[in-house]
Amino acid sequence: MAEIATTAPQRVARRPRLRGASSLLGTVPFFAYVTIFLIIPTLVVVIGAFASDAGGFTLGNVRALGDEYVVAAFGRSITLSAASALIGAIFGALLAYALVTARTGGLLRRMVTAACGVLAQFGGVTLAFAFLATIGLSGFLTLWLTEHGFDPYANGVWLFELPGLTLVYTYFQIPLMVIVFLPALDGIRPQWREATESLGGTTWQYWTRVAGPLLAPAFLGSTLLLFANAFSAYATAAALVSQGSPIVPLQIRGALTSEVVLGQANLGKAMALGMVVVVAVVMTLYSLLQKRTARWLG
Amino acid sequence: MRTLSRSVAVVAAATMFAATAACSPPEKETEAAAGSAATAASAADLGGMDALIAAAKKEGQLNVIALPPNWANYGEIIKTFGDKYGIKVNSAQPDGSSQDEINAANQLKGQDTAPDVFDLGGAVATANTAMFAPYKVATFDEIPAELKDANGAWVNDYGGYMSIGYDSAKVPAPTSVDDLLKPEYKGKVALNGDPTQAGAAFGGVQMVAVAKGGSAEDVKPGVDFFGELKKAGNFLPVDPNPATITSGQTPVVFDWDYLNTASATKVSTWKTFVPSNAVLGSYYVQAINKDAPHPAAARLWQEFLYSDEGQNLWLKGGARPVRADAMQKAGTIDATAFAALPKVDGTPVIPTEAQNTKAKGYLAANWTKAVG
Repeated sequence: MAEIATTAPQRVARRPRLRGASSLLGTVPFFAYVTIFLIIPTLVVVIGAFASDAGGFTLGNVRALGDEYVVAAFGRSITLSAASALIGAIFGALLAYALVTARTGGLLRRMVTAACGVLAQFGGVTLAFAFLATIGLSGFLTLWLTEHGFDPYANGVWLFELPGLTLVYTYFQIPLMVIVFLPALDGIRPQWREATESLGGTTWQYWTRVAGPLLAPAFLGSTLLLFANAFSAYATAAALVSQGSPIVPLQIRGALTSEVVLGQANLGKAMALGMVVVVAVVMTLYSLLQKRTARWLG
Repeated sequence: MRTLSRSVAVVAAATMFAATAACSPPEKETEAAAGSAATAASAADLGGMDALIAAAKKEGQLNVIALPPNWANYGEIIKTFGDKYGIKVNSAQPDGSSQDEINAANQLKGQDTAPDVFDLGGAVATANTAMFAPYKVATFDEIPAELKDANGAWVNDYGGYMSIGYDSAKVPAPTSVDDLLKPEYKGKVALNGDPTQAGAAFGGVQMVAVAKGGSAEDVKPGVDFFGELKKAGNFLPVDPNPATITSGQTPVVFDWDYLNTASATKVSTWKTFVPSNAVLGSYYVQAINKDAPHPAAARLWQEFLYSDEGQNLWLKGGARPVRADAMQKAGTIDATAFAALPKVDGTPVIPTEAQNTKAKGYLAANWTKAVG
């Protein structure tokens, strides 16, 4: 029984295709940029990770990744990234949902998305300083609280440790979540809700059976993006933490610039390779989830 | 493998250079003079001090790196040298580490922005002697033999003892290392840097180790002490600098005595204390980059630093210049500054390279665990 295949209608107008070399010419700046700033540094890291100080091939650097303190740093990096990504994702999604209920193109929504665009990129020394000036040891909020009988640092100076880093990272994770999650929320059509209600569904059922499953891939994908964003952040932590190098990027800094323990440059590159692997796994999952989301967002 | 990755980086750097700025090519006209200056192992090789000064003036510039202005009075030293000889001193990365200096020399090799001279911690200097140009200053013979390389590849320049600096307006005066565990010091005690990265902080841990019955190589007692300090909530994981000291964020700082004495000029209530029975000394190392873009100026800088004037400028910053004993005998030392150095009692311990290596291995594996 042969079925009659329905063919899609042929496109009528076709874009004239540029021929050969001239079409490649346009991509030269892009590929030059990617080569200089992405491919070459990656190669330097990969080659260095397997190079000994004398210049030969060695697996020593990669083996040293099994050292207790390196494993611990990776553990802390992953914990920090996961915690700040989850907190950022939950609060960011709630904020984005609040924005969706506001009028599209309205002033409030435009203002908040513009602010998020700025704050998502707010990091490094400026961010660290903002927190130090506010809740640092002699920050104005700390002094005010201490005057009123509450010492936020009674149990140790947590601002310069993982809890503090999580708090500071969350500050740029929430706005980033708003930016990446908003399009998915915009894709939810009011008609679906109406359909649910006209069929006798409750709000709870709408969220668990309709909107929830549709948004889940986008939500998880965005969370993974946040994770990668925190995992690779360096400048903020470097400006805030000067003792103990708790996370991997700071361990790499130590390996490259230490004036005490020498000859660790290639171990630093091996740690960077480890980070590349973690981020690659995360980004692969992210793109798979993006594909799922794109199916119905289109 | 190493050379391959380096050439890749060089290609990248070159591409970026070509793409970014019209950087002026290094001048070729001083090549002849520079050629001889680059191999000169003393001023005499160039035809005496006047010839060296003339060659340096002709170069007109000197690149120094990782010299904070408030560190051993380097701000004044740089200014005095520049004014005296009419040479423009370019000071790069004032807060850089010793390893940063070596990295810069490698990365900028062959460019006119590469560092001419180094001021390094002992460990980094020992590991990189191949990068130094041997040079003997006029006062070379007055420097104690154990504080210099016989050929002049490197020479110790100034040193100090590990000390505890504190703001007497904010905390009681400590009389021993153990005092710092008291509740009065809650969230107030800082180390100058991370001991697995910065020489000064490393010295701090060694000093505590010596005070607590360990030694320069057995630093476990020192690491354990900072672990206790952290548990007590007294350890402050902030990198102290003049700004944190002035604003009162870091009221107690482990650092070389010349750095703590320098803080007293900014905070009048800042006192420096060297615990008895724990006097840990360390000298920094001066060397010339063998690929120095301004070889004559680099050599003139050394002559200036080891002259009476240069040594007294270091002393003015609270550092003990390497020629102190000879200058005291000759009566050329700045007596006021010399008398103002913090008092120490006990025999100074100056760690050897072998002791440091043992201590570092323990630190790398255990420091983060203790304070992380």
